[in-house]
Amino acid sequence: MSTDVGKRSDVRWAIYSLAFFGLMQRDLRVLTREVVPFVIRVAMNPLLFLFVFTYVMPHMTGGSKGSPVANMAAAGGGGFGTILLPGLMAVAIMFSGIAAVALPLAQEFGVTREIDDRVMCPLPIGAVAIEKIFFSAIQSIIAAAVVFPLAYYIPSTPVLAHVSSWWFLITVLLLASLLAGALGLTIGTLVQPKQIGLIFGVVIVPITFLGCVYYPWAALKSIKWLQIGVLINPIVYISEGMRAALTPATGHMPESMILAMLLFFLALLTWIGLRGFARRVLS
Amino acid sequence: MSEPIVDILGLRKVYNGKNSVTAVDGIDLHVPSGLIYGLLGPNGAGKTTTISIATTRAIPTAGSVRIAGIDVVAHPALARRSIGVVPQFNTLDRSCTVAENIYFHCRYFGLAKTEATARTAQLLDQFRLSDRAAAYPQALSGGLAQRLQIARAIAHRPRVLFLDEPSAGLDPQSRIAMWEAVQGLRGEGITVVLTTHYMEEADELCDRLAIIDHGKILIEDTPAALKASIGGDKIYDLRMCGVRDSGILERNLQTIEGVTRVEVIDGGLRVLARAKDGLLANVVTMANEFGLRDLTTTEPSLETVFIRLTGRDLRE
Ligand SMILES: Nc1ncnc2c1ncn2[C@@H]1O[C@H](COP(=O)(O)OP(=O)(O)OP(=O)(O)O)[C@@H](O)[C@H]1O
Ligand SMILES: [Mg+2]
Repeated sequence: MSTDVGKRSDVRWAIYSLAFFGLMQRDLRVLTREVVPFVIRVAMNPLLFLFVFTYVMPHMTGGSKGSPVANMAAAGGGGFGTILLPGLMAVAIMFSGIAAVALPLAQEFGVTREIDDRVMCPLPIGAVAIEKIFFSAIQSIIAAAVVFPLAYYIPSTPVLAHVSSWWFLITVLLLASLLAGALGLTIGTLVQPKQIGLIFGVVIVPITFLGCVYYPWAALKSIKWLQIGVLINPIVYISEGMRAALTPATGHMPESMILAMLLFFLALLTWIGLRGFARRVLS
Repeated sequence: MSEPIVDILGLRKVYNGKNSVTAVDGIDLHVPSGLIYGLLGPNGAGKTTTISIATTRAIPTAGSVRIAGIDVVAHPALARRSIGVVPQFNTLDRSCTVAENIYFHCRYFGLAKTEATARTAQLLDQFRLSDRAAAYPQALSGGLAQRLQIARAIAHRPRVLFLDEPSAGLDPQSRIAMWEAVQGLRGEGITVVLTTHYMEEADELCDRLAIIDHGKILIEDTPAALKASIGGDKIYDLRMCGVRDSGILERNLQTIEGVTRVEVIDGGLRVLARAKDGLLANVVTMANEFGLRDLTTTEPSLETVFIRLTGRDLRE
């Protein structure tokens, strides 16, 4: 015990990793207790979306050929469902980051100050925040896995999915999931706890609708300003990444650009989030 | 005496904002191992800020804090292994049960599963929380929540436990239970540093005390020595009808054997004296001639010490 403990870096890393692992275990326990709400939260949005747009609507119009988006997708050989599969997975990934990090943080920084005991564990403050991102990423991956079968089987026109590179899919999925956690951390630490309810209207809805979720980025070419403008939205790269990995036939951004931008936003949002976290827990 | 377990040197903390506040203004403090050490001071004195810095939650503007020899600014994560904290507010993890609050705390500090389970059971028992093990913190009364916070804070066997206002909001029974728990910790060899603005608590519970006001330590000693510094073990406050010749009375009173000091107070005089048979009668007889209206007897308390030092009441 005492001074010399800190001087041995292997001892220090052992202490840190045990603390990090302990935090993960705690989060896992809390999550397993809430499996049903978790699945409902993840599945409800894509379920209803798919049901209405790829099942109900096609039956009402006697096929989806009338809508422009459907035509676009048809060019790639699938229905609107093919567009939606990667898009809805992107939304699930992003939203898990918000639900796993931003919303709990708002509560923990607010009235309850519950985060205190975890901040006081023998781990640098930044690592406590990183753990949040990590654990959120795991939830994002599960969420994406829950959405896939829904988005694949519900649409009335068959969805054309094709994985040409598993490595690319896994890389995109990991980067996107971490990015979602970093976004959650940024929102959770920058937004005042009292105003967290506002972020749905002010942040989440805009970044979803302008995030190439319901249309491929390439299809924006007729609205040039928008096609350029949406590039500042990190969700675009999650959607396009999933699109490139799962439904490449619909057209997508260059893969190198997707990976580079996912990395860029991951680094940026992690940096902002860590600073915000430190500011919140230290005075 | 061995090296102090908590060693605070030249500590300053300025909160910068619209108008910057100097919350801690040059505090030096050396807490010997194994004591219950109190920081006594009014609201805004800088007690919480001092504790926040010592427990790695605030960055000092100047000065240093070493806990068990580890600099808390340079090595916050490692220093936390020697520190247990119960903050001013309830910070129990509401997503976890009573038992899990302790169990996961153990896990954060590297205890293996079986060790953590055993330690949790032992603490639940020690703090009489076993029958509430599966409850959630929201369902606990203030006193139970406080006990759980203390149990959790010491779960990793820290050398020092910091308690910020441990009795705020507790009813008298819970407060006594908390005092007993704290005394038990001293028995286990844990040094306890607590803040309070309850005089009785500081007096009853603490082995040593620092009285803090406006971010500075005014005086530091054992409660007994602090009270003795008043200069007498009885205080007689004499209320007089009018202020006839109080100068003469003041001089006369000083001649009585056993009287250590006479002071002018609002509406009369205060006599400090050593406890001695017949002294009170002498004082009364003498004061009667000058129009004594009323007399109150008290013993020196930390309250008196505080008023003597600051001219203010501790509770204002
Ligand atoms: N985060 C902060 N930002 C700005 N000023 C602060 C902050 N925290 C405390 N202060 C100020 O510093 C001073 C000391 O506060 P502190 O909380 O340390 O006092 P305290 O002795 O714990 O009082 P109390 O008995 O009310 O808990 C006060 O004037 C307070 O307003
Ligand atoms: Mg305080």
